[in-house]
Amino acid sequence: MSDKASGEGIGQPVRRKEDFRFITGNGHYTDDITRPRQTWAYFLRSPHAHARIRAIDTSQAEQAPGVVAIFTGKHVAADKLGGLICGWTVSSKDGTPMKVGPHPILALDTVRYVGDHVAMVVAETLADARAASELIDVDYEPLPATISLDTCQNGNAEQVHPEAPRNTCFEWELGNKPETEAAFAKASRIVKLDLKNNRLIPNAMEPRAALGEYDKGSGIYTLHTTSQNPHVARLVLSAFVGVAPEHKLRVIAPDVGGGFGSKIFIYAEETACVWAAAKVGRPIKWTGDRSEAFLSDAHGRDHLSHAELALDGNGKFLALRVKTIANLGAYLSTFSASVPTYLYGTLLSGQYDIPAIYVEVDGVYTHTAPVDAYRGAGRPEATYLVERMVETAARETGIDPAEIRRRNYIRTFPHQTPVIMNYDAGDYEASLDAAMKAIDYAGFPARKSEAARRGKLRGIGMSSYIEACGLAPSAAVGSLGAGVGLWESAEVRVNPTGNVEVLTGSHSHGQGHETTFAQLVASRLGIPMEQVEIVHGDTDKVQFGMGTYGSRSGAVGMSAIVKALDKVEAKAKKIAAHLMEAAVEDIVFENGTFTVQGTDKSLPWAQLALSAYTAHGFPSADIEPGLKEGAFYDPTNFTFPAGCHICEVEIDPDTGITRIEKFVAVDDFGTIVNPMIVEGQVHGGIAQGIGQALLEHGIYDAESGQLVTGSYMDYCMPRADDLPSFTLGFTKTVCPSNPLGMKGCGEAGAIASPPAIVNAITDALGIRDIEMPATPARVWSAIQAATPRAAAE
Amino acid sequence: MYQFNYERPKSLADAEALLAKADDPKLLAGGQTLIPTLKQRLAMPSDVIDIGGLKELDFIRAEGDAIMIGAATKHATVANSADVRKHNPALAALAGGIGDPAVRHMGTLGGSIANNDPAADYPAACLALDAKIHTTKRLIEADEFFKGMFETALQDGEIIREVTFPHPEKAAYMKFRNPASRYAMVGVFVSKGPWGIRVAVTGAGQNGVFRVSEMEEALAKNWSPDAVANVKLPAKGMNADLHGSAEYRAHLVTVMAKRAVAAAG
Ligand SMILES: Cc1cc2nc3c(=O)[nH]c(=O)nc-3n(C[C@H](O)[C@H](O)[C@H](O)COP(=O)(O)OP(=O)(O)OC[C@H]3O[C@@H](n4cnc5c(N)ncnc54)[C@H](O)[C@@H]3O)c2cc1C
Repeated sequence: MSDKASGEGIGQPVRRKEDFRFITGNGHYTDDITRPRQTWAYFLRSPHAHARIRAIDTSQAEQAPGVVAIFTGKHVAADKLGGLICGWTVSSKDGTPMKVGPHPILALDTVRYVGDHVAMVVAETLADARAASELIDVDYEPLPATISLDTCQNGNAEQVHPEAPRNTCFEWELGNKPETEAAFAKASRIVKLDLKNNRLIPNAMEPRAALGEYDKGSGIYTLHTTSQNPHVARLVLSAFVGVAPEHKLRVIAPDVGGGFGSKIFIYAEETACVWAAAKVGRPIKWTGDRSEAFLSDAHGRDHLSHAELALDGNGKFLALRVKTIANLGAYLSTFSASVPTYLYGTLLSGQYDIPAIYVEVDGVYTHTAPVDAYRGAGRPEATYLVERMVETAARETGIDPAEIRRRNYIRTFPHQTPVIMNYDAGDYEASLDAAMKAIDYAGFPARKSEAARRGKLRGIGMSSYIEACGLAPSAAVGSLGAGVGLWESAEVRVNPTGNVEVLTGSHSHGQGHETTFAQLVASRLGIPMEQVEIVHGDTDKVQFGMGTYGSRSGAVGMSAIVKALDKVEAKAKKIAAHLMEAAVEDIVFENGTFTVQGTDKSLPWAQLALSAYTAHGFPSADIEPGLKEGAFYDPTNFTFPAGCHICEVEIDPDTGITRIEKFVAVDDFGTIVNPMIVEGQVHGGIAQGIGQALLEHGIYDAESGQLVTGSYMDYCMPRADDLPSFTLGFTKTVCPSNPLGMKGCGEAGAIASPPAIVNAITDALGIRDIEMPATPARVWSAIQAATPRAAAE
Repeated sequence: MYQFNYERPKSLADAEALLAKADDPKLLAGGQTLIPTLKQRLAMPSDVIDIGGLKELDFIRAEGDAIMIGAATKHATVANSADVRKHNPALAALAGGIGDPAVRHMGTLGGSIANNDPAADYPAACLALDAKIHTTKRLIEADEFFKGMFETALQDGEIIREVTFPHPEKAAYMKFRNPASRYAMVGVFVSKGPWGIRVAVTGAGQNGVFRVSEMEEALAKNWSPDAVANVKLPAKGMNADLHGSAEYRAHLVTVMAKRAVAAAG
């Protein structure tokens, strides 16, 4: 193997191929694409959280300078377009399917959240479109809004959808209720906690954008859009919305600047742009601004839970029962029903052997933006709940937090939890030990007293998390209500000159697939990485794919590539055998060279590739010309990344400011292809977790339903100086279910870190709970509430 | 943004003339407040008169026992000025703590005080340092200049030319940043100089920047952090929002004042 190859192989921290393009301004994002005769769209949005639309008068706006066309819900209805859909059906305890209110592309007679789409103005310039939108006269009848999770299910709460009484979309359950009740009945201690999981607003760096085009000659529509899964977008737009038949619709997701889940979904804006492009006969561009992103990107989290943990006298967990109210917002988004159910309830066993679990989740509608998957999706909510409960149990029993975890860890695999998941491999104690060593857990009491001498409150908190990634075995998700299969596809095209194009159904929007996928292919074929091109994001190039989310691209996407590479190698060996007049079984392929075992006969890769296409003298019955193979890979199980994060904070009691002094993350991601990229993913994930724990909160006014945190003036995004330097470590148990042994790393940081931080803060303050985000004001108030007032006052 | 005429006068005199003849003009300096306002269509001026590039408004001069700073001087220039650092390090530090580097390289002193955002930093410095605000029409004492939230003594057609900051003997500014915006949630500027002792608070009050006479009196008797530690402000009149209650802000005034006195030495 050449030095070059070993420097690029699996496990090497190869620099990202794509970064040069991005940092020199040579990326191609949707907004960078401009077409001749292009028009601009501006969406008039609802200023009300809930209102009836009595009438919309566009006559004056239509006369405004530069206006090409104005569309409202009536035009959409006249064209018989379907609404936006939720691709996952969840059923209630009583067996009835979830209650779905229609989700129109443009509002027909009712608006249901501030930012809901009322009209689309198409004009020569964005300024013209925006100016004209102000001339649209919408006659609203404002109605009361349902905002609060506490009261939305009350009988007198304003209804979001008549289809869903008590604003309840579903009342789902998972686990075994009688066993759980029985375990609680014999428990020697029951730990109870009410927990909130704060609403987050995603804030990918690139706002959502779309460019819709229609070619009159061929009847083909083209949509460039900021998508994490362009094929799924095409499927929904054709099969459900009915914009165009699938073969007449091309969806391209070019360079995409971050998604974090928010770009999985199919939104009104791109749908309207591609649909209307045919009506106006010109391309239509829309690029959301940051304010629109705040209002209309699907938000994340937003749970209200009550949890109870039953323990025996030795601190062994007997059972967990949970009741959660999950905010779905005003409409169901593309996958929203799955997030607080199958991506949440199934992870409530954590890393622990809990014999009985019962969870009930009510998915509810409110007059707020739709809530869907956001980095971690359901798993951060589950981990937060489990790890806060475990910490509280440790404090109430007086057992050290590490010790209570050790007593309850799952130690034999495979392990069937009471909530569907079958954990395949793991060594939870190894991560815990490594993390405790890295943070010098034993030295904490000394650091705490040193901090106390400086008037500071120091606390430590840990989180032993597990998540389910590698989404997902198609049969499993199908049985749980998914409308899609979650396999992945790949095609390896070997060119006559020996370089390779790899077409993948995964989509990179920051993950670095162009690097990691190329590392895999180059090392397997023994060619330099420059000779491998990763192609993704275009439905005309890649036949079909399920896209990137849920840390699936390594475990599922790369497994599909491995499968295709196996086929390429098999065929190449056949060709080599023919050319070198040997038996296929005697051909060895190593470091880019085919040899006949036991001889000095050899054939380099490039020569074989050329021969595959010249095909001179191939026995045509046996060997077809060419070298190109495709594969679909359907995983046989989820993957289970797990680990332990420990956080040490220091609080200034005078101001309530929390500083994270140390943060250690030890993760087991199975096989790691590129440690530099993995570390970047962990850093980013922890930054988002710190955002949730300390800074970020999407808040609607409880009465008016206005988004109070609609800009960075009030929505606190983490900045570099809010973050400590992270200490990372890795342990490794190989994932047995996929060929590379990979588990996935994209979400772990965001999943594991919030409970570690809140455990540390509550430890520092000596209190049971504090709501996220633990802002200085909240921390200060908690200190005030905990300190008895001075006698003089 | 709505359409407007954009003017770039060559001199202050030209700017005054343009200001006088336009329908509904607006001065533009660093644009850090005005441009976001225009982009959100919250203002619709007929003419935007850009004085940000006027050399005659961009200077720092140390003369006698004061520093004169031109209205179009950028925060970064103030923060890095050897003269300001030498004679008025608290002011340099304040300027260096405004926003982020991009904001500091665009935003100006004149724009900041003309805007009088209740959470802005400079108003606290002006008030605590007994600054003199020179406009195209007159001299306005800092005590007379700030009139409440986004309100100043400036009249139509009046342009700030420069601000004179007399050198303090002791001074320091302590800022508790709003976690999201990083503006001052509570900023306290304490000073001792020819004007006596002043304590000015920004960010906290419903009516913008204000002085705290109880703290000034306490410090006059005993210049030490302990002197202000026991002066507690009432919550009444303090801002309250999702970032903190009125009680919290009132409490922070005392904490920041204590720290400012300690830092001033
Ligand atoms: C992200 C961000 C963070 C910020 N953080 C802070 C912070 O932490 N602390 C802080 O104090 N400020 C902060 N600012 C505000 C910034 O410091 C600017 O100083 C302030 O916005 C105004 O200055 P400007 O030169 O940009 O004025 P402009 O935006 O150009 O003008 C503001 C107003 O002042 C008027 N004006 C400008 N110059 C004059 C003059 N010479 N005479 C009369 N009127 C005039 C204009 O007509 C306009 O009404 C921040 C701004 C941003 C965008």
